[in-house]
Amino acid sequence: MDLTTRYLGLELKHPLVPSASPLSNTLDGIRRMEDDNAAAIVMYSLFEEQITHESMELDHYLAMGTDSFGEALSYFPNFEHFHIGPDQYLELVRAAKAAVDIPLIASLNGVSTGGWIQYARMIEEAGADALELNIYYLPADPAMTGAAVEEMYLNIVRDVKASISIPLAVKLSPYFSAMANMAFRLSVAGADALVLFNRFYQPDFDLENLEVIPNLQLSTPVELRLPLRWIAMLYGRVEVDFALTSGVHGHLDVLKSLMAGANVTMMASELLRHGTQRIPAILADLQNWMEEHEYESVQQMIGSMSQKNVAEPTAFERANYMKVLDSWRPDPTQVG
Amino acid sequence: MKRKMITLDGNQAAAYVAHHTNEVIAIYPITPSSPMGEWADQWSVQGKTNIWGTIPLVQEMQAEGGAAGAVHGALQTGALTTTFTASQGLLLMIPNMYKIAGELTSTVFHIAARSVAAQALSIFGDHSDVMATRSTGFAMLFANSVQEVMDFALISQAATLAARVPFLHVFDGFRTSHEINKVEELTLDDMRAMLDDELIHAHRARGLSPDRPFIRGTAQNPDVFFQARERVNPYYIATPGIVQETMDRFASLTGRQYHLFDYVGAPDAERVIMLMGSGAETAEETVNYLVERGEKIGLIKVRLYRPFSAEHFLQVLPATVKVIATLDRTKEPGAAGEPLYQDVVTTVAESVTNGTAHFNGFPRVIGGRYGLSSKEFTPAMVKGIFDEMAKETPKNHFTVGIVDDVTHTSIEYDTSFVIEPKDVVRAMFWGLGSDGTVGANKNSIKIIGEETDNYAQGYFVYDSKKSGARTISHLRFGPRPIQSTYLIQNANFVAVHQFGFLEKYDVLANIEEGGILLLNTPYATDEVWDHLPRPVQETILAKKLRVFVIDAYSVAKETGMGIRINTIMQTCFFAISGVLPKDEAITKIKEAIKKTYSKRGDVVVQKNYAAVDAALGHLHELSIPSEITSTHELPPVVPPEAPEFVQNVTAAIIAGKGDALPVSALPADGTYPSGTTRWEKRNIALEVPVWDPEICIQCGKCVLVCPHAVIRSKVVDESDLADAPTGFLYTDARWKELAGKKYTLQVAVEDCTGCTLCVEICPAKDKSEVGRKAINMEPQLPLREEGRKHWDFFLQLPELSRHDSLKFSNVKNIQLLEPLFEFSGACAGCGETPYIKLMTQLFGDRTVVANATGCSSIYGGNLPTTPWAFNKDGRGPAWSNSLFEDNAEFGMGMRLTLDKQTEYARELVHRLRSVIGDELADKLLNTDQSNEAGIDAQRGHVAELKSKLAGMDDPTAKDLLSLADVLVKRSVWIVGGDGWAYDIGYGGLDHVLASGRNLNVLVLDTEVYSNTGGQASKATPLAAAAKFAMSGKGMPAKDLGMMAMSYGYVYVAQVAMGASDAQTVKAFLEAESYDGPSLIIAYSHCIAHGIDMAKGLEHQKLATETGFWPLYRFDPRRRAAGKNPFQLDSRAPKRPFADFAVKEARFRMVSQTNPTHAEELLEEAQKAVNDRWQRYATLAALKEW
Repeated sequence: MDLTTRYLGLELKHPLVPSASPLSNTLDGIRRMEDDNAAAIVMYSLFEEQITHESMELDHYLAMGTDSFGEALSYFPNFEHFHIGPDQYLELVRAAKAAVDIPLIASLNGVSTGGWIQYARMIEEAGADALELNIYYLPADPAMTGAAVEEMYLNIVRDVKASISIPLAVKLSPYFSAMANMAFRLSVAGADALVLFNRFYQPDFDLENLEVIPNLQLSTPVELRLPLRWIAMLYGRVEVDFALTSGVHGHLDVLKSLMAGANVTMMASELLRHGTQRIPAILADLQNWMEEHEYESVQQMIGSMSQKNVAEPTAFERANYMKVLDSWRPDPTQVG
Repeated sequence: MKRKMITLDGNQAAAYVAHHTNEVIAIYPITPSSPMGEWADQWSVQGKTNIWGTIPLVQEMQAEGGAAGAVHGALQTGALTTTFTASQGLLLMIPNMYKIAGELTSTVFHIAARSVAAQALSIFGDHSDVMATRSTGFAMLFANSVQEVMDFALISQAATLAARVPFLHVFDGFRTSHEINKVEELTLDDMRAMLDDELIHAHRARGLSPDRPFIRGTAQNPDVFFQARERVNPYYIATPGIVQETMDRFASLTGRQYHLFDYVGAPDAERVIMLMGSGAETAEETVNYLVERGEKIGLIKVRLYRPFSAEHFLQVLPATVKVIATLDRTKEPGAAGEPLYQDVVTTVAESVTNGTAHFNGFPRVIGGRYGLSSKEFTPAMVKGIFDEMAKETPKNHFTVGIVDDVTHTSIEYDTSFVIEPKDVVRAMFWGLGSDGTVGANKNSIKIIGEETDNYAQGYFVYDSKKSGARTISHLRFGPRPIQSTYLIQNANFVAVHQFGFLEKYDVLANIEEGGILLLNTPYATDEVWDHLPRPVQETILAKKLRVFVIDAYSVAKETGMGIRINTIMQTCFFAISGVLPKDEAITKIKEAIKKTYSKRGDVVVQKNYAAVDAALGHLHELSIPSEITSTHELPPVVPPEAPEFVQNVTAAIIAGKGDALPVSALPADGTYPSGTTRWEKRNIALEVPVWDPEICIQCGKCVLVCPHAVIRSKVVDESDLADAPTGFLYTDARWKELAGKKYTLQVAVEDCTGCTLCVEICPAKDKSEVGRKAINMEPQLPLREEGRKHWDFFLQLPELSRHDSLKFSNVKNIQLLEPLFEFSGACAGCGETPYIKLMTQLFGDRTVVANATGCSSIYGGNLPTTPWAFNKDGRGPAWSNSLFEDNAEFGMGMRLTLDKQTEYARELVHRLRSVIGDELADKLLNTDQSNEAGIDAQRGHVAELKSKLAGMDDPTAKDLLSLADVLVKRSVWIVGGDGWAYDIGYGGLDHVLASGRNLNVLVLDTEVYSNTGGQASKATPLAAAAKFAMSGKGMPAKDLGMMAMSYGYVYVAQVAMGASDAQTVKAFLEAESYDGPSLIIAYSHCIAHGIDMAKGLEHQKLATETGFWPLYRFDPRRRAAGKNPFQLDSRAPKRPFADFAVKEARFRMVSQTNPTHAEELLEEAQKAVNDRWQRYATLAALKEW
């Protein structure tokens, strides 16, 4: 049974890849994932905004109250050096590269053009095998047009692509007016792969205290549907690799993803909830299923149920929407 | 070879040599010497070695007494050992100093000399501390400048090894310890060349060793002690020669030749003054100036003051001398004269008597005092002394620099005598602590001092307030070494970084004609002139000033600098002053920015660069009109209705004119009126809270947490509000006991610091706009006038009766009690003061307070104004501060007085029963004072007693009359920080708690020495970074509460107002009501935690939720009811300690500097939290204790 797949030009032993999550915060975590047979690892994201925030905050607290009162001209020891900025991340990339044999895909969330380029280069220099751009942008400004947002994404990809030579993946949100067109333009701009989709953490309301509170919710299998559909529709039409992320929790999700056209499937919630030992378990289930259904390789199923390869291509499109609604028509026997 | 020139301050210079030439350093923080210990610790943590290639061991001790003990022990076992201290700290070392000297032990103590507290504490410089150690046997070498500090640190280290006499290396606190100056750096080779290895080996060999045992430190008897004491004489006789020889060797290495006494001036001088310390620099500058103009005068700079070498002194004294004036920077009340005076009189007299004198006749010797507590010592004063000496009968035992209109000791001098050289740039910068002015100026000094041939000097004057603190920087740049050890008298550049200062201070008082004024202004350039107060316009025109303006806050906002305008104003200074060519200056500023800020991240560097680039485009020269256009006069410093003392004395100090107050203006015994902060309207908040009665639920939380007591509420009858000014808000009171009455909540907008704790704690939100609360911040300026009227009206509204209205046992009701601690100078958002304020609300009208030195004694007792207040009946907390280390004992003394006086008064009531009547006597003796009603009733009985006794002649009656007030229950509160309670004062605290006396201890636990700048105490938690715990504290904090509980009869509570205000209130009430010792350990968030102070209460809550700060009460009274005295008041932690730690920079900095170590520490800290919780939970579950 051949489980190998290719993603971003990398040979992977199978299609199960842990996506960016706190599991890769430490070298131990990264090692554990390799020990549990991950095919590759997407590291947690280096957030430019966080680096900026950390610097500004440090500057604020080191300055606060200083040189004001004769008895206490400072409140903290005079440290020579702080590990702020990308150092810690880059050190982890370097250490991880030295410690594990599987491919390491770094992840970057930038803010400024300079930041995207600068950190992408640093990540490449640190030894990452590929880079995933985690473009997480909430266009809340009413004056900002969709075209401008799209252009911003494309510029980032072009700029970064021009600055590095390792393969480049782009992780996207589903919120584009013309997703297919956007995917196409991203591929032209230089994306070697698209990672569909990014999950926004949606804040919640605390009704007792009337506060907006951050609320991290892990994904559920139902979330698979959206990326599944889009990969199925884009496969063969946009010449990039695809990674499906969001809602992958078991071997059936993996199978569906591959058949839609994903080269790899990415998981975080399942591993956070049940541990990285889920990787070998899902792999075993995957293999059993493939054996039972007489599949020989992963390669043969990639894209097999994409829009272009299914019998009813329209099944993916809008007409199907009405059917779905129909399927939820109340049971007529209970009416009245 | 040209030696390296560096700019640094005296403390760093001393520490530099001390760290390189010692093996063990035992220290304890005390202003102004703390930075020496901090430097040494930092260098050791960073792995910097001494000249022998090993890293000195730095140990923080629990007190200076402890540091001296550790030094003594280290010396006795042969280590090269040093310490740094000042003032009371040095005094605590005296017992060990006798021992160290008596045992002929080589060591150098580096002293940033500071006033010893007398009628008041002072952190500033004079020689009263070192002079108090004259008899210990330590040699004393005085350095007068930063260069000399570096040089003498080494000379004293070399000399002590040779002489075996220990040395105090003394320099003036603040004036030298904190002055930045350009000096030549000593090399490590210099140090190696100066220190003789054989002497070091001999020192080591004298150490205790079981391989060659002996004993040292015996007890001796009348038969031999005396002789043994005299046995040291040869060493003292030899010491001056050794020091001179060491100075000569030093000169051969560095070219700088010093002598035990250095003479400056005319060889044929007739008038010679003598002094030591930084004042000698000013004296030298003045003498040189006057000698050039033909005066026959001279100066002797005393270097080695002990042992005092008469021989060397007489050698430098010109034979022509007719009058000698000795100047002492200390005071010895009752002495025949101050120390130097007595030494000189003795020496001169002896030499004349012996016939060894080389001068003609017997010169007159006069002595004077100058410069106490860093009082300015100027060329004018020096000249004044010489002028006095020229008189036929010059005043002896004089003072200079003050006006003594009581005993008339002061001499006059011509204040217009100013000798500031024209070729020196003299720049003054008026800024706020928070705007970063001082930091930028320190950078400017480095730039000019180290990047150009210019010499540079910087001295900084700080505020006594911690919030809204003003700073004045004095910078001099010039072609020669700068000896002017006094504030700038004639400035050719004045920068005013806060427009509001123009109204508050005479910022242009020292600007010279044709000088430059740089002004940060919120107004457009063409509007600035009309916004200047009239006196400012007048000065600008009269002195023909050039004025440059910039709206630095706008530039700072645009460039992401927030409120820090330092870089912008620094750029403007360089652009205008011409100290460096503009482009070169900008390059240098940017280099300095990179050096200073790059470790904080590139984004910080970039925003500073942006500020530099944006600054010049916004800098404009003002076109000065030919006429005064403003009618805007400066407002009075205090309102006209302020009491006489405040008008005459306090106001002058507030205005920065305290130097001009004569001796008679000041109380003779350090007694000052309470409640004077109310007269000092600081107006420092940009935004203040505004109440919305529609949303308010009248819970009282904002009133409770306000650190400055600027939010208050009252419940009054509607009729009381008949004359309320327009806009005065009130609403129906929400108390069923007070139905029909009106509730009002007001804000003292002029006293508010804008901390926003009140907004953060407010639980009431607008249902249609949840971001709006019952209290919201709004700009202060538009509210100021109206707010003042509202506040004044509010103050005169009647207070609720304490004894027949409500039960004051919850936060909602306590808000209506008048606070008797208000408007302190504590940090905005202070975590300590709400507890103090609560205590004064509950018990303040019958409380005496013993306050340990520290933050609380500074914001509580630093002049000009005091926050401890009194109510309409004139009652309020009576407060005093003794020392840092003795506060528990000090408070216990108060309790002893009250206990004794109460006992005696009750005895007298018994004795006078027939006179005062049985009924009254019984009431006086038996009234239950456990509640407010009883206390009020007893006050009535005492009043009745006093009126009965008033006219009586009987001595017993008179005695009782003088004591009658103590028959009303009084509360003793012993207040201090963790540095006191856990460290320096712990022995005393333990004893006092063990005494069983009825006293209350309030520990304001910030878990660090806050007042001296964040040094670790035993309360500092595991994993937190602090000074002396730079890598994160490796040990858990001491469990003070548990230690106190072990007595079984001490009431103990651990509280955190932000976690449970109800529990806090309960603890205060229980502690006070307990007839025995009580200890409240109150978690106090602090600026030294590296937190947003506005969120301080959230941090407290989180501390408790994570189990880091469990809340509990241990009430011994519960035992009588068969209950477990220990009650755990907070819930088991549901969140990890890391959730709390990650929010505070003190913990975060450890992971930012050493992530791996931080993780280990956090793990250990979690374990410590778990263990502690487990222990408490087990105790709380006990059926019996």
